[in-house]
Amino acid sequence: MRREIPLLITAITGIVFVLQYFIPHAPFNKMNTWFSDWFSIVGAFAIWLGALNLLKISFQKIMDKKSDWFFALVIIISFFVITIIGFAEGQGFREPGTTFSWLYDYVYSPLSATMFAILAFFVASASYRAFRARNFEATLLLLSAFFVMLGRVPVGDIITGFLPQQYQLSQVASWIMTFPQTAGQRAIMIGIALGLVSTSLRIILGIERSHLGGGD
Amino acid sequence: MQQEQSIAFKTGMLSICLFILLGLLYLPPESVAQQESSVPPGTAIPDSIQLKPPIHIEVKDTPDDAGGSVTIRWEEQPVLENAVIQKYRILRASVENSVPGEFIFVGEATNRATVFSDGSTDDDSTYVYKVEAVYELKVDDTTVVTTTVQSSVSDEVSSSAQWFNFQRINVFVGVVLLSFFILYYIYQAQSGKKLFIRKIAGLEAVDEAVGRATEMGKKIFYIPGTQDMDNVQTIAGVTILGRVAEIAAQYDTWLEVPVSRSLVLVTAKEIVKEAYSKVGRPDAFREDQVHYLTDDQFGYAAGIDGMVVRERPATIFYMGAFYAESLILAETGNSIGAIQISGTAMPSQLPFFVAACDYTLIGEELFAASAYLSREPKLLGSLKGQDVGKALILISLLVGTILETFHIWQFSSLFKVIGE
Repeated sequence: MRREIPLLITAITGIVFVLQYFIPHAPFNKMNTWFSDWFSIVGAFAIWLGALNLLKISFQKIMDKKSDWFFALVIIISFFVITIIGFAEGQGFREPGTTFSWLYDYVYSPLSATMFAILAFFVASASYRAFRARNFEATLLLLSAFFVMLGRVPVGDIITGFLPQQYQLSQVASWIMTFPQTAGQRAIMIGIALGLVSTSLRIILGIERSHLGGGD
Repeated sequence: MQQEQSIAFKTGMLSICLFILLGLLYLPPESVAQQESSVPPGTAIPDSIQLKPPIHIEVKDTPDDAGGSVTIRWEEQPVLENAVIQKYRILRASVENSVPGEFIFVGEATNRATVFSDGSTDDDSTYVYKVEAVYELKVDDTTVVTTTVQSSVSDEVSSSAQWFNFQRINVFVGVVLLSFFILYYIYQAQSGKKLFIRKIAGLEAVDEAVGRATEMGKKIFYIPGTQDMDNVQTIAGVTILGRVAEIAAQYDTWLEVPVSRSLVLVTAKEIVKEAYSKVGRPDAFREDQVHYLTDDQFGYAAGIDGMVVRERPATIFYMGAFYAESLILAETGNSIGAIQISGTAMPSQLPFFVAACDYTLIGEELFAASAYLSREPKLLGSLKGQDVGKALILISLLVGTILETFHIWQFSSLFKVIGE
């Protein structure tokens, strides 16, 4: 029964979800919203599982004096500081001027932005490796990237200003993005859509069940 | 005598004026609306301008919907000299509930429109409609006035919900066809027929990647994406986790799974635990192997980056749905020389993984991974069915391209989903 009940729930929910796409009549037209709401509610309760797990692992690291125990301490302090301040400030904790919003604006946001900003450097290092002309495909990639990058900045058109307009770099870049790039992306999307249908069908029929915990 | 007659005449005139005024106050609303047109006092509409009301008003229940909507159509108005239609106003009256002749305003359509959907109807009521054309008249070089002309009353109509959305019939046929092929090949595979499945380099390398970690005596990190269990990519990711965990358990290699969602934590923990039991090593499983970091996208990326740099795992798997954090994670893994295998169905993140990882499962390969790794006939059969679907799409694309080249549009219109 431990396996059968989840399989039954999965099958019924999956079939209902497929049906609701084709049946506009009530109650099917509202089912998508109902299930999304239920998922949000379950997810909201489950957040405590995550939080407790994080605290447990962090406390354990400190107790065992593991090599990175200091980071675990930072996690615990941050967790309790933000939680206590959030609860202490009540319903308006997100209003401007509160300690919570100060922490959000001046601690959390800059940290988050810093992580995002690192991406710029990683793009450069990854591009450097990807664009090395080792073989025909990599050379094609390098040339496409060269044309697109130059075509996206004004200097591209200045360099090719002597050519007819349709051969200027901005137009070449636009052609690469509109045709070969879109065609490639759509091919991937078609494969993904087929994979999604196939995976969903396997899950609904109970053929794929390892996500329920283990084998068959 | 003459004075008395004069007083009687004045009193009579005053009474008539009062009567007219009172009558005006009690006129039905649409009559008032007509009176309120912005024609300046004293401005006569020239006889040469013959304003025409909207004609051929057709009303019907909006098809393929959940009810509560009626579609009103009318004929395009002829272009007049010195008179331009500004917009159309749609007026509605309930047959059962309203005062006879009392129409309420329900919406407007642009001057080029010939159709309007009234989405505020009650399925239990019957309605009639009128379409009012709002004209802008050029009386002379300096005077422009606005006036309205109403159509006749439409037939009666009620809205209702339908049990099938025929605008999606092509999707339905596609799903049925694809499901049929998948089920057919699953049946074929079950009956023992050998199926050819092409090699997927990324999945062939899973054993090698786990083996490398074993040889080096280092950890394996498995990152199941940043999305929750309602995302099929996450389900595919945790499904592959089960296979990877089995191999890791067999090789006695430490597998660590930091997750970003609580529900993924619960699922992944169960899967890893079960995988260890399946290969006869339940004692080797430890609760802290699968642990939660944070729901925050960049917080999660920062947490994993820190762990990667400090603990320097030999192998890292990225399987699931990723956004901007994909390159941050993969480049950090690359910088420590870990062997990296990624898989995602997010087209915008694929180039980053291709650039930074050793192997990448592109889109559908992520969904095929579980079947490929398990080699179970039932799962492999579904891959074959999927391939037939792909062949059909390729043929359709080819036929469509040829027909479109020769200006035959009907074939491509079969693939349009209206109302998306």
